[in-house]
Amino acid sequence: TDYNDLYCLFTLVQFTKAGQFFSSGHTNNWAVLVCTSRFWFNYRHVANTLSVYRSVKRLGIPDSHIVLMLADDMACNYRNPKPATVFSHKNMELNVYGDDVEVDYRGYEVTVENFLRVLTGRLPPSTPRSKRLLSDDRSNILIYLTGHGGNGFLKFQDSEEISNMELADAFEQMWQKRRYNELLFIIDTCQGASMYERFYSPNLMALASSQVGEDSLSHQPDLAIGVHLMDKYTFYLLEFLEEVHPASQANMNDLFKVCPQSQCVSTPGHRTDLFQRDPGSVLITDFFGSVRKVEITKDTINLTSPVEPPIQRSGSGDIQIESLTYVDQLPVAEIIHQKPKQKDWHPPDGFILGLWTLILLVFFQTYGIKHLKHIF
Amino acid sequence: LDSRLPLVDRSDGTKDSESFTAAAARDQFQEELVIRPLHSGDIYASFQFRTLWDIDFLQERQKVSHYRLFPKSLGQVLSKFSVRELHISFTQGFWRTMQWGQPFIPSPPGAELWVWFHDTVSDVDGNWKELTNVLSGIFCASLNFIDLTNTVQPSASFKPLGLGNATDHRFLRYATLPREIVCTENLTPWKKLLPCGSKAGLSVLLKSEKLFHSSFHSQAVHIRPVCQDEQCTSKAWELRQTLNVVFDLYTSSQGKKEWSLFKMFSRTLTEACPLATSSKIYVDITDNPELFELNPVTPLLSQAVVLGDRRTYSVFDLTRAETFGQLCSLNLLLRWKGDSGMNVFDGCDMLRPLLHAERYVAGFGLQTGEIHTVIYNNHPYRAFPVLLMDSVPWYLQLYIHTLTVTSKSRDNKPSYIHYQPAKDRHRPHLLEMLIQLPPHSMTEVTVQFERALLKWTEYTPDPNHGFYVGSSVVSALVPSMVAMNTNFTQDQPLFSSFVPVKEESSYFVRVYTEPLLVNLPTPDFSMPYNVICLTCTVVAVGYGSFYNLLTRTFQVDEPSLPLEKRLANLIRRIRGVPLLA
Repeated sequence: TDYNDLYCLFTLVQFTKAGQFFSSGHTNNWAVLVCTSRFWFNYRHVANTLSVYRSVKRLGIPDSHIVLMLADDMACNYRNPKPATVFSHKNMELNVYGDDVEVDYRGYEVTVENFLRVLTGRLPPSTPRSKRLLSDDRSNILIYLTGHGGNGFLKFQDSEEISNMELADAFEQMWQKRRYNELLFIIDTCQGASMYERFYSPNLMALASSQVGEDSLSHQPDLAIGVHLMDKYTFYLLEFLEEVHPASQANMNDLFKVCPQSQCVSTPGHRTDLFQRDPGSVLITDFFGSVRKVEITKDTINLTSPVEPPIQRSGSGDIQIESLTYVDQLPVAEIIHQKPKQKDWHPPDGFILGLWTLILLVFFQTYGIKHLKHIF
Repeated sequence: LDSRLPLVDRSDGTKDSESFTAAAARDQFQEELVIRPLHSGDIYASFQFRTLWDIDFLQERQKVSHYRLFPKSLGQVLSKFSVRELHISFTQGFWRTMQWGQPFIPSPPGAELWVWFHDTVSDVDGNWKELTNVLSGIFCASLNFIDLTNTVQPSASFKPLGLGNATDHRFLRYATLPREIVCTENLTPWKKLLPCGSKAGLSVLLKSEKLFHSSFHSQAVHIRPVCQDEQCTSKAWELRQTLNVVFDLYTSSQGKKEWSLFKMFSRTLTEACPLATSSKIYVDITDNPELFELNPVTPLLSQAVVLGDRRTYSVFDLTRAETFGQLCSLNLLLRWKGDSGMNVFDGCDMLRPLLHAERYVAGFGLQTGEIHTVIYNNHPYRAFPVLLMDSVPWYLQLYIHTLTVTSKSRDNKPSYIHYQPAKDRHRPHLLEMLIQLPPHSMTEVTVQFERALLKWTEYTPDPNHGFYVGSSVVSALVPSMVAMNTNFTQDQPLFSSFVPVKEESSYFVRVYTEPLLVNLPTPDFSMPYNVICLTCTVVAVGYGSFYNLLTRTFQVDEPSLPLEKRLANLIRRIRGVPLLA
């Protein structure tokens, strides 16, 4: 009976593991990474966003599931001494721009309106797929914002701002439309903790690089490039993420310990009260990676025989015998004798009508109405 | 290539490959790279990748669903929007015609998109708007900023480069975004459209770190219907992806006049693209013995007449294994000899471009200005007409009554003028003129403008940078010194078969001028905040003091009572009895 009990226990354990396997919360991962600053001296914000992009791509989220918004171009900026590169470490050790980056919103397209439209999904119908956040109620979304911010707001491109209330409302809209399963919000700006103070939707976890009243500081300048390359919080976050691989079991408690005050000078904060699971049981790869659960089967499947494409051209050589010609690139004679474009006829507008009425009125005033019958 | 077709085992045991032959071998892919050393020591490399496909997207009854070499994303775009021709280019830098000659495929700085729609389209503007959005997703560029305020319909320029007869310019749309930046994020989807991606063939050389560290970089996609064969009885769709890059002597080569594939692209070639029917490198060796030496030398030579000039090329055929030699890799080396490269102009008239244009803004202040376009005809004795197309945004209000065209300090009346005035916030100005350029002369076109005041929401986040005005386009049939080849052959090199040649004595060329950067009167956006602060401070300090002076009264304060008297007052207050002093 001991062996029976052990056997039962063994199958029970297996069953719970299998149960856990099939009852996990999310089926797909999305990431929205936004850099909100313009101008060359804000190089570090672009480098921040690109380093998170790099980690997220390395851990498995494909480009089609990443919405990357960069407010200015640093890589091919004329002031960049090494074009097509964005470095995160001084002495140009790590190029976070890479060779196969795909930026979805760039330059002037990064506005508060576009950001909120991406989050809530209310985009014009002609928006291409790569610019949409097509998440569903089983998606885990990572949102990363960086730039210049203050107590309760984040500045977009030096001309507009988003407030923490707007952000909280956007997340509530997403929750009501079932656009996420769980959401991790990371912000690296000055007084970043103020941005997540107002959240009220469930299943949100937030991290910020500094508390209200504190500034987030930048890390190291590079003398060849001439600007600061990264912010402290994201620099240590990148170092932490470089250790993570798709099968790692690191959880959120490790993420909360990234960049303590001794390293960061500001105090990073986090908020987990809206999150239903215990942060210790949430894996880093639940948000940063795209770990798919694979079911292995040993059954054989019969493939149907391939469909043959229909033979399309059947003796069409007889139809067109006359040869086609290329168009003349600069037909001078034709251009000179080109008829002017037929303009649509518009009825005369008020000014012309008024002018003619005035002329007629003056005429009849001067010459008297009795001449009218001679004219008509 | 036929041996690579899949053989299908049918269930009745017969192998059948004929049914696939009809469908599979109807598209072919060719790639080529042309390297032309320039006299200043720079080097010009031009990649062309061409996919030719015998299919007609525009026939409704045939739904195309099987894509092989032709990229599916572009095929779906063509059929959905009934596109007859599509030309899109992304350029970083400006092509210096006087120093580098004429490019094989010209392009203006920024992004340029021009499209001919099929004449069955009823709503061209709607199709155009959706097309720009779809292309902005495909190429990761902000092409969605193209709207009616920067789109024009040229009436005589930009005739279709492909097959066709009727050209009603209602179906043509042209737009340019001079501010558009080109970077790796545009190169990545462009490379993904190639059949071999960036894994094999010439496309392995496309490394972004080297390509963008250059004086000029331009990548383009051209789709048009072409003749399928010499008889030209049926159409085929041609997709050309071109990439032109000019590497600068000082930034890429540290001042040493020695170029190699490894130095230019940071790698060598190891194989041709297996899907390509032809994969060739052409090196322009017309100036070979005096100027530079080429290593490895190849016996294959080819002569081609391109841009009115007969040039000799050394051909390296990558589909042959012996091109790669013992080391299985091909690295071309061009070494300049002695001091012969020090003179920028050898005085050879062949190199001097016959048509050249410049443009600049004159005037001072933020109210008015003048646009000057200068066109040079460097031919010693022939005059020829050019078509100048100018598209100016609505916020530079042109005064066409001040338009002057002068050649050799005499008035030159254009034989054709098409002007469409701008509508504020709806349409830009369009000015097209056919001007006859006298031989060996400079023609100047000037027009005055006034700057408009934009609404405060219409300014970009960095308005002090200025506003861009797109390049002017000068199209001309330039008389050629050498007879051009009007025959269409299948094995013509790609760089000489881009523009269709109709007559032998002239070749078609398009020259783009510089874009202009104009400062508009910019309001001080911090003004409302500053005014509110100042006003409130003045009001608080001034009015507050005045109010106090007028209404404040002073009262004598009694000294405070000892404790027992205060307690007694408290009890008295409760009782309602008058208080002690």
